[in-house]
Amino acid sequence: MIAQVGYFILLLSFGLALYGAAAAGYGGWRGRPALVESGRRAMLLTFPMLTAASLVLIYLLVSGSFQVEYVASVTSRSMPNYLKVTALWGGQAGSLLFWSWLMAAFATAASARRWDRDRELLPWVILVTMGTLAFFLSLVVFFENPFLRLWQTAGGQQVTALFQPRGTAPLVPFDGNGLNPLLRHPGMIIHPPMLYLGFVAFVIPFAFAIAALVTRRSDDRWIRITRRWTLFAWLFLSLGLILGMRWAYDVLGWGGYWGWDPVEVAALLPWLVGTPFLHSVIVQEKRGMLKQWNMVLIILTYSSVILATFLTRSGVFSSVHAFAQSAIGPMFFAFIGLTFAASLGLLISRWDGLRSENRLDSMFSREALFLLQNLIFMGIYIVCLWGILFPLISELFTGQKVTVGPPFYERATGPLWGMLLLLMGVAPLSVYGRASWQRLGTALWKPAAASLLVLAALLMGGMRNPAALLAGWLGGLVLAVTVYEFWRGARARHQRHGENFFVALGRLAARNRRRYGGYIIHIGVVLMAIGIIGIEIFQTETQGQLAVGEQLTLGRYVVTYDGLTQFDDPNERDRNVARAVVSVYRDGRPLGELYPRRDFYYAAQQSMTIPGVRSSLEDDLYVLLVDWEQIAQQGATFKIYHNPLVNYVWLGGLVFIFGTLVAAWPEREPGRERRRAPTRAAVVEA
Amino acid sequence: MVEKPPDPAEAEQPAARPRRWGVILVWALLLGLLAVLGLGLVRTQQGPVGIGATVPDFSLTTFAGETVDIRDLRGQVVVVNFWASWCKPCEQEAAELEQAYQLYKDQGVAFLGVDYVDTDREAMAYLEKFGITYPNGPDLGTRISQAFRIRGVPETYLIGPDGRLVVIKIGPYQSLDEIVRQIETARAAGSAGG
Amino acid sequence: MRRGLLTMMGVGLLALAVASVAAAQQEVPTDDQVNAIAKQLYCPVCENVPLDVCPTQACQQWRDTIREKLGAGWTEAQIQQYFVDQYGARVLATPPATGLNWLVYLLPPLAFAGGAYLLLRAVRAWRSPGTASAPPVSPAASDDLYVEQLERELRERT
Repeated sequence: MIAQVGYFILLLSFGLALYGAAAAGYGGWRGRPALVESGRRAMLLTFPMLTAASLVLIYLLVSGSFQVEYVASVTSRSMPNYLKVTALWGGQAGSLLFWSWLMAAFATAASARRWDRDRELLPWVILVTMGTLAFFLSLVVFFENPFLRLWQTAGGQQVTALFQPRGTAPLVPFDGNGLNPLLRHPGMIIHPPMLYLGFVAFVIPFAFAIAALVTRRSDDRWIRITRRWTLFAWLFLSLGLILGMRWAYDVLGWGGYWGWDPVEVAALLPWLVGTPFLHSVIVQEKRGMLKQWNMVLIILTYSSVILATFLTRSGVFSSVHAFAQSAIGPMFFAFIGLTFAASLGLLISRWDGLRSENRLDSMFSREALFLLQNLIFMGIYIVCLWGILFPLISELFTGQKVTVGPPFYERATGPLWGMLLLLMGVAPLSVYGRASWQRLGTALWKPAAASLLVLAALLMGGMRNPAALLAGWLGGLVLAVTVYEFWRGARARHQRHGENFFVALGRLAARNRRRYGGYIIHIGVVLMAIGIIGIEIFQTETQGQLAVGEQLTLGRYVVTYDGLTQFDDPNERDRNVARAVVSVYRDGRPLGELYPRRDFYYAAQQSMTIPGVRSSLEDDLYVLLVDWEQIAQQGATFKIYHNPLVNYVWLGGLVFIFGTLVAAWPEREPGRERRRAPTRAAVVEA
Repeated sequence: MVEKPPDPAEAEQPAARPRRWGVILVWALLLGLLAVLGLGLVRTQQGPVGIGATVPDFSLTTFAGETVDIRDLRGQVVVVNFWASWCKPCEQEAAELEQAYQLYKDQGVAFLGVDYVDTDREAMAYLEKFGITYPNGPDLGTRISQAFRIRGVPETYLIGPDGRLVVIKIGPYQSLDEIVRQIETARAAGSAGG
Repeated sequence: MRRGLLTMMGVGLLALAVASVAAAQQEVPTDDQVNAIAKQLYCPVCENVPLDVCPTQACQQWRDTIREKLGAGWTEAQIQQYFVDQYGARVLATPPATGLNWLVYLLPPLAFAGGAYLLLRAVRAWRSPGTASAPPVSPAASDDLYVEQLERELRERT
């Protein structure tokens, strides 16, 4: 009964979204504010409606209503309640509903602003957001309905339908299949919603961009309105990617965190265009340049979001991430074709109206360096897009499957990432407008000299790997430049206003959060780069079969095998655990025990290799239980990875997120701030 | 979306001719991308070779070193079974398949076992364990399985005497009866069709 | 094994046979030697997961095959070729550079070069003929400029 109610709410929301898009679009086109207003109200209704629909599904999940097909397929009795709630996005149908709910929430939040200055943008923002929402809801309503119930025919066949088909009896399975064991990890529970948050939030800047295009507004209003949305989207996208990496590291058991799986790469695509977008909008705000290019970037970002969602869900790729194959592929394909072509056509028709207001004065100006950064990001984007598309192309033309794996991506993008590091070191010291290489050089030489010290230290430390040396030097450069930027900004204020140095530092960052937040992000990126270099270049591994008491040596580490127990988990009946105990020694000193294990889930017939990891800032010792003798449990095979510096990836991730928060933190209304600031400064000085 | 969007170049320069080419190029790239996605999607949605379709030609080099060409088997019903030694469900049907082969081998029904992504030693051990005597060989380069677009093992394809596919069985056979029924269907289809 | 030799038939056959007899006396290859090769191979059963860490039975068998071949004295290249012959080019981590596969390596650098060219042209077009580059500045003056600019930027924020 309640499932039908849920479906009915969904159907209504779908109608509302369609009506909202149509009314706003038509009203905007014909200049009828009343119609637009009616569309806006429909949009505002979608959020409470979809909240209700999601709550209904959550209720069904938590109450264990296994007569509902979706509930039976993603939950089971033994799952704790919080996992049952997260099963909302554990399957195709539920995650589409979740997507739609986020879309409605963001559309509502974005339209909650005061519209007085930008009234003409409103209809088109509604059209884009509600159009996207209507599309996702159509998938839920027509193809992937989470509220379908299970029925049994007289012949014993199982069918799904919303209402009882003739000649069938209700079917209530005693237990459900349960969530895919791979997904029962804290990182995996938060990873998808974070990615979705990022994906969906990027629709908002896109909607405003399209609105600006339609209304032929060539100023930067759309960028200013959506600046925080962009940062918000980018924050969650980054967070989602980092959590996904952590999940892979903890659960997939292959010693790394990024396997260049096609679906991973697809999720990276929006980030690869969102990041240059974030930078190049600053140029438009400051200099009125790159208007066309920013439009290209935001359209590409939105398209990449849709493309990534399509690739994950249509079954075009087979991958650990892929949802089961489903019927939504053709629908999705049509939507992709429509939106891509429409935005491209619109952009081309408005192209000439988006001329630059300023000239590029110098190759060494900030805007020129941003352009270079954009080019490099586009290079990485093309490598990644090509890498995931090529196997499809190859299969179509030659009938042969090929693998485009990590070596391709690493070799093709490695130098580009290095160039980005270099730019990250140089660009913050450049100025807008009339720059010159002398001026840049003057600013750069001190931090550059400091970075050479890093290089010298690495050389003296005995490092000879050229790639690592180069990356270390570049990382040192970025750090030195960033610290230098903070320092000289604070010193300038210190001298000008006589503020205490640290007060000056704090105030500096507070007054230009986006810039200094950005610098913090740069520091985070350098830390991550250190970790990536550590694991990419210096990872070592060994594997061996051990009898109890025997040991395996890897570098300075020795691992001895103490024993293994195998048992059914008393708390989670469905799970059989083989848990080994190993002792770790370094340079002969005991460091404690690790417990690598292999979990086997009976229902899913799936096993998971959970590593035993000893973490320190210096390195990780990552021990995997590969195999063991079932009967005697005397012998077991272990694989050990030594992952130097890998924790800098996570540390850098935290710094990265912190920096984004600093940059995105709301500021006071700019107008008031500007007038008041000098007075207050004067008071403090007095 | 487009792989190489127009850089600001065309933008700022009012030259009309390169502009037009740029626009054409961008549309072409977009269409190309859509074509690849669309065809890829069609391929995934398609599933295995359809019933009634003519089976792709292939030849199988058996473990015994003989070469069997599917074209030489025209006029017979051919049972093509995909299996692997690491595949547990395959073991359920292995003995029954051999029994069916014994029943039908003199009645114009050929059996072929295609060993998917497997290693020779284990494959031979498997064949020996289940006493399988019909021709079996490895799927070199996974060409045959790709041509049939199988999704996994075991899968069985029954080809009529005219070379058209009659029955597809995904997953293991539950009984000898089931195999016999399907073979009879295939033979009936063959005699009805011509 | 028997067919493995068949595929390798030709010039190398005799040498190989001799080598494998010689190698038979060698010790069994270690897991690390096996993994070093397995790391670069991909098994179709677990797509996109390198062979050395794939836990399925099929991949276990593949690793045993590598061990067997190594024990028989095969080189890494020979083993890779054997797997390509047996299971197709998809076992390799990157497509072999033949035929259509050239595209995979050619397109990204070409696109990047094209992008760089377009950028360069755009920059040229942007820079007006009359624009002189900024006058050289002395270090002291540049510091002043910096302070001034920082202040201006802080004032002009948003």
